[in-house]
This record gives sequence, C-alpha cells and structure tokens, in this order.
Amino acid sequence: MSIVVDKLSKTYGTQNAIDGISFQASPGSVVGFLGPNGAGKSTTMKILTCYIPQSAGTASVCGMDITTHSMEVRRNIGYLPEHNPLYLEMYVREALTFVGSVYNHGNPQKRINEVIELCGLGDEQNKKISTLSKGYRQRLGLAQAIFSDPAVLILDEPTSGLDPNQVIGIRNLITELGKTKTVILSTHIMQEVEAVCEQVIIINKGKIVADDKLNNMKLTHQSKSLEDIFIKLTSSTVH
Amino acid sequence: MSFFKIDLVKLYRVLSILNKEIIGFFSSLAAYISMAVFLLVTGLFLWVFPDSSILDYGYAGLDSFFIVVPYLFMFLIPAITMRSLAEEQKDGTFELLATRPLSDWQIVLGKFLASLLIVILTLVPTLIYYISVYQLGITKGNIDTGAVIGSYLGLILLGGVFTSIGLFTSSLGKNQIIAFTLSVFLCFLSFSAFDSISTLIIFQNFENSISALGINQHYQSVSRGVLDSRDFIYFLSFAGLFLLFTKTVLGARKW
Repeated sequence: MSIVVDKLSKTYGTQNAIDGISFQASPGSVVGFLGPNGAGKSTTMKILTCYIPQSAGTASVCGMDITTHSMEVRRNIGYLPEHNPLYLEMYVREALTFVGSVYNHGNPQKRINEVIELCGLGDEQNKKISTLSKGYRQRLGLAQAIFSDPAVLILDEPTSGLDPNQVIGIRNLITELGKTKTVILSTHIMQEVEAVCEQVIIINKGKIVADDKLNNMKLTHQSKSLEDIFIKLTSSTVH
Repeated sequence: MSFFKIDLVKLYRVLSILNKEIIGFFSSLAAYISMAVFLLVTGLFLWVFPDSSILDYGYAGLDSFFIVVPYLFMFLIPAITMRSLAEEQKDGTFELLATRPLSDWQIVLGKFLASLLIVILTLVPTLIYYISVYQLGITKGNIDTGAVIGSYLGLILLGGVFTSIGLFTSSLGKNQIIAFTLSVFLCFLSFSAFDSISTLIIFQNFENSISALGINQHYQSVSRGVLDSRDFIYFLSFAGLFLLFTKTVLGARKW
C-alpha cells in the first residue's frame, strides 16, 4: 500500500474539517476522491502533502509516516494544489528548472525535455507563464508535479475550468500515469471518475461514506450512475 | 564526510530559492524603478543639493552619503522585501513551495539572502562616488579609505537587519502594502527611536544604554572604521531574531 490513512482528523477551532477518516490506496491505481464543497477533500490532501499537520490519527506514504519522515514523504509525492498556483512572472523552462534544482535532480535539462514532451508543452516551452492559457497552465502544474517521478500523485481538481478537449488530454495523461503510480484525484465531475478511476472514495462532512471499487459500488447501491450514488450519500448537506 | 555532503545538498536548496527570488525580482519593473530612484536620490544629495553636496561642503569625504543612505534604506529595503512572502501567500504558490522537500528555514534563508544580495547590488554603482571623490581631491586620493570601507560594511550590516525586518512583515499576510508600511515603521523605529527616547529627561541616567539598543549607534561605530565585535554581534543577533520571527510565523500554519 503506498498510502495508508488511519483515523485521521483535523480540527479548525471547534470545527471538524475531517473526522477520523481511514482509507488505503495501492500502487498502479487511480483513486477518485469525491465530496461536496467543504467536505474535507482539500484538507486531507494538504495533510498528506505535509502542508498542514493533522490534529489526530496517522498517515503514511510509501511506508513513511508523514509526521516523522516529512522530508522523505515530500520527495515521494507530486502535488497539484487547487487553483494550480504558478509563478506567473517566470518562463516555462525557468519554472521547471527551479523545480529540478529543489529536487537536486542530476540531469535537469534531460528531465525538463521529458516532462515537456509528456505534458504536451512543446509549443509553449519558451513562453512566459502569464501568457499561457488555462489549459497549458494546468499542464505545467502537472509537469511540475511529476517532475521528480514521484510514486504518489495528489491532484486537487486538476481539470476544473478546462475546455472539453483539454479535459480529455489531461485525463489521458492521468490514466497513463496511473499505470505505474498511485494517483489521488479530487473532482466534482462524475464522468471523469468513471473514465479514469478504479477506486472511489466519497467523503461527506469530514467522514468517509463510501470507499470501494467503482464497479462494486454500483452493485451495492444498485445504481447505474455514480451521480445517483453521490447524491444519495451526500444530499443531506443540501437544505 | 557524509555529514558534509548532506549539508551541501541543504545549501544547494537555499541557493535554488535564492536564484528563483532573483529571477522573480528582476522580472518586475518595480525592481528597476526602486533601484534607479535610490541611485538618483543619493546622487542628488551628494552632488547637487547644496546642504549636503560635496562640491559646496569642500571636503573630500562621503559623510553626507553615509548619513542619508540609512534613511533611504528604510524605504528601499521594504520595497524589495514586501513581495517576497506576501505574494507567495496571496498567489498560493507558498503551498507549492512548502510541500516540496524544503524546510521552512531553507525557504526563509533563501529569501533573506536573495533580498540582501539585491540590496548589495544596489550599492555597487555607488562605488563611482568613491572613485570620483578619490580622483577629484586637490591631493589625489586624499580620502579616508578606511572609513569608507567601514561605512560600506556598516551599510551591508544595516541592510541585513532591515531585510530581516522586511521579510518578517512580509510573512504576516497577503497584503504587500501592509507589509511595506509596517516594515518602514519598524525600520525607522529600530534605527533612530532609541536615540530619541534616550534624550528624555527621565532616562538621563541611562542615556548610553538606551541608545545602545538602537541601530544608529552601532552603525555610527562601524562607520568610523572601528570593527568592534560587539557591533557585529548586535547586527547578527538582530537580523537572526527577525528571521526566527519570520520562520515562526510561517510555521504558524502548523498550529
């Protein structure tokens, strides 16, 4: 198991953002992380990537505890935060060179060319990031996340705001990456989950309400579409 | 040996942050404008304004330059440092930076050294003033070179303290204007407030100890060309204190 989360909780003041969640993810799988806004998806991802600490519980990535082996965990995770923050004043190759230097990569230029090829950034590689379209920015965010060839990828809404062609491109890339890595992906688009994910975790009000293989989930809930299952399990939040 | 190797990797990470900061700084117009204005104002004070001009004063010295620069630094340095952490927090890039295999100390040190390097780069063109005065003296070379070296050293130390103050205020939030304003105020306070307070009548018995808390006294002392270890310790611990504050504020997301 490359990700093991055990009774993880996060409290902001008196509010429980996530409340004792546990799940596992194995290598070579794409896990869909679903939930209404404010359910705790981003919080979970922030804890797994060592950005904020948990209030209780433990989690490990590639067998290393996120609290005691923070630096090793970070080296094994590629992270694309929500809204895809980038240094807009930098050029594409400059930004990738910076990422390479942070990971102390042995042959950065070769790796930069590889990720540019992988993410389809060839035509844009000499442009300033502020001039890139949203789709290409997203590809650059992904290129930065996969730069160090991490075993685990955590992607927070990687396709939000993209046009259908760009969405297909990113999905194909994620499917390709998911063959060898563990990918955790949060999204609000159910078709996306059906297209790329084998395992689905649905989280609501900080608790996991479903965690199963996509096919099994449809069987147990006797429903044809994931959307129906999602609404059935989480609609109590909508008043 | 392996211990040494690990340290080199850590140093390399600090340098990668430093490099990124320099790229970011010089890709904005604000950088060139603040540096140009700094050089313009020092030039005006030294050569044109009659109250402080060398040509009117008649002595081959750079005293008026070294008196005015600390006050210009109070604005220049906050302008340089205000974006360094506030912008990262506003754009969300700090999250990206903090989830890479970098410690908070590496981030803080990289950013501090980058800003200090820019301050030093701004000072480099002012060496022309020294060369000019050196050449123009009635007896050529009749300038107190020791005091000039001491004064530049004093300016770099002062720059280090102001940079650490600026970095601290920049870490406080997402707003660059607030960072700038607070930093100007704190720089001014730490530079000259203690001198002014020490002249209050109720403090007449402690005048020296109170003014020794302020930067000005230590700056004056280094500027005279007297390299006293006490002044160095003062500057280094002052800068170190504010870097510690900065690191603590950044770590506050973990509370």
